[in-house]
Amino acid sequence: MTSVLEIQDLQVSYRSRGGALSPALAGVSFGLMPGEIMGVLGESGSGKSTLAVSVVRLLPGNGEIIRGAVHFEGKDLLRARPDELQQIRGRRISLIFQEPSLALHPTMRAGEQVRQVLAAHGSPGKSTLSERTRQVLAEVFPEEADRIRRSYPHQLSGGQRQRVLIAQAMACGPSVVIADEPTASLDAATQMEILAVFRTLRERGGLAMIFITHNPALLSGFADRVLILYGGRVVECGPAEAVLASPRHPYTKALFESIPAVSEGRANGRKTKLPVILGDSSRSSLPRRGCPFEPRCTEKMNICREREPALVNLSEFHVVSCFKYES
Amino acid sequence: MWFLVSSMKVEASACGQNMQPLLKVENLVKRYARRSLVGAREELLALDGVSFTIFPGTTLAVVGESGSGKSTLASCLACLESPTTGNIWFEGKDIVKLEERARRQVRPKIQLIFQDPASSLNPRWSVLDILIEPLILESKFTREEMKQRASSLLERVGLSPDIVERPPSELSGGQRQRLAIARALALEPKLLILDEALSALDCSVQAQIANLLMDLQSSLGMTYLFITHDLAMAGHLADDLAVMNRGRIVEQGPAEEILKQPGHETTRQLLAAVPRMIRALPELEQQ
Repeated sequence: MTSVLEIQDLQVSYRSRGGALSPALAGVSFGLMPGEIMGVLGESGSGKSTLAVSVVRLLPGNGEIIRGAVHFEGKDLLRARPDELQQIRGRRISLIFQEPSLALHPTMRAGEQVRQVLAAHGSPGKSTLSERTRQVLAEVFPEEADRIRRSYPHQLSGGQRQRVLIAQAMACGPSVVIADEPTASLDAATQMEILAVFRTLRERGGLAMIFITHNPALLSGFADRVLILYGGRVVECGPAEAVLASPRHPYTKALFESIPAVSEGRANGRKTKLPVILGDSSRSSLPRRGCPFEPRCTEKMNICREREPALVNLSEFHVVSCFKYES
Repeated sequence: MWFLVSSMKVEASACGQNMQPLLKVENLVKRYARRSLVGAREELLALDGVSFTIFPGTTLAVVGESGSGKSTLASCLACLESPTTGNIWFEGKDIVKLEERARRQVRPKIQLIFQDPASSLNPRWSVLDILIEPLILESKFTREEMKQRASSLLERVGLSPDIVERPPSELSGGQRQRLAIARALALEPKLLILDEALSALDCSVQAQIANLLMDLQSSLGMTYLFITHDLAMAGHLADDLAVMNRGRIVEQGPAEEILKQPGHETTRQLLAAVPRMIRALPELEQQ
């Protein structure tokens, strides 16, 4: 099977006001299979949001794509003409962002906001447009699509607003959806509902998805594959069950250990401390050379400071970038 | 940290159940009224008879979905809103009934920490300005004393005193939340209300801040009201748990027991909604 979206050696930097370039993505490569949910896991400064926007070239003004390629439907999106990109964005590849209250127009009914997406990508007749709008909303709101269609964003809950955004993203039947922390502002029960909506859409339409999050627990039982970003690099990537159950990179391991589990009782009823990763992952604290995680790593060796580890295959699909696994 | 430790050592050493509760909330009701566009009066019962107690040096976690009344509760306890009816006994005084002047004496002892440190810190101020603001209100310190307190507060929360001149925008999310905690500690509070204080942070940073809160509890005898929708973190940090639904506490008791055997449907639903990691348990690996 060939991938529907192929990202090759993507390097993106941001220019500071002084003119200096600081790298946000330092050579990220992966392919997205049709119908696959790829969970991209990363913390602040990992480059995960930069990844979301640079695929369809929506970087802010100071962002620069240094090198790489994004292959989609026979084109390299990084070299596509603006009019070609306009045809792809929102129609073949859609984006869903974190804050549903900011992404919706406050004084426009939800139905109209979905209708405008359809109208922007083709000019069917007025009645077809209304009919399509109803259909699209009915997919994400099986029960109360009509009420939602006539509602203003402030009359909707956070979860409902997020569903309206999903309806917008799905309106034109894209083959890839990139969702950047789409559930971060929702409570746990609503989060699970939204994940269920994504799964249904995937099963119905063979939709492929890049699901970006900082919360590993969301990915278990949801993503097919998990890719872990740290300091703008892929440190580990593999099937979700393998990576979530037995992470191999020291960063992934330490990250998972720092999350408390509901079932974990306290030792002798006393409160115990959580294992933590010392330091922080902000861009300014990354080392200039060597492995980006080296300063915080508990398993570091001399070589880690000298050069960057390459991605090593642990199994056919599970790769990790750490000298521990290089032979 | 002499000035912080001095007043709190007593509670820390005498932390037992036979002592007076620090906070006792009785039958708290908060009703919001609003008029719709056509003029009809709509009522929203945000708190519907909430009662609980917190003992010094312990943590009570209040969990519930959004809209269950958690944040209204926080506002009432921090004297930011007045409850419609009910009593809030803090150190034996009913703070609902206090005159404004007397309430001002109580306010510094109850401090709030919010979810988003970026929006709760003035972006135009330096770290030093932010930390000495509460001290200026007390108006009993010289500038030099305030600076000294600021740097010992920073050390207390694990930040380097070198950052005093920087604006909060130059700090990471975790550093900002540490700064918000340092500011809350400036007036030597008895109770910290943490309103989703970890929710906006990265997982690894959440763990760091959770550990800091535990450190502060054991060294200063701090008391926490931890408001969250994260049941796992609530179970980790809290001694007691109160589960809220539609303005009521539907279940409360020792955190461990409730999480092991949830008695109310809301609790079971909340537990079921917690995303879980697949974990390779050490015992399984050995087998």
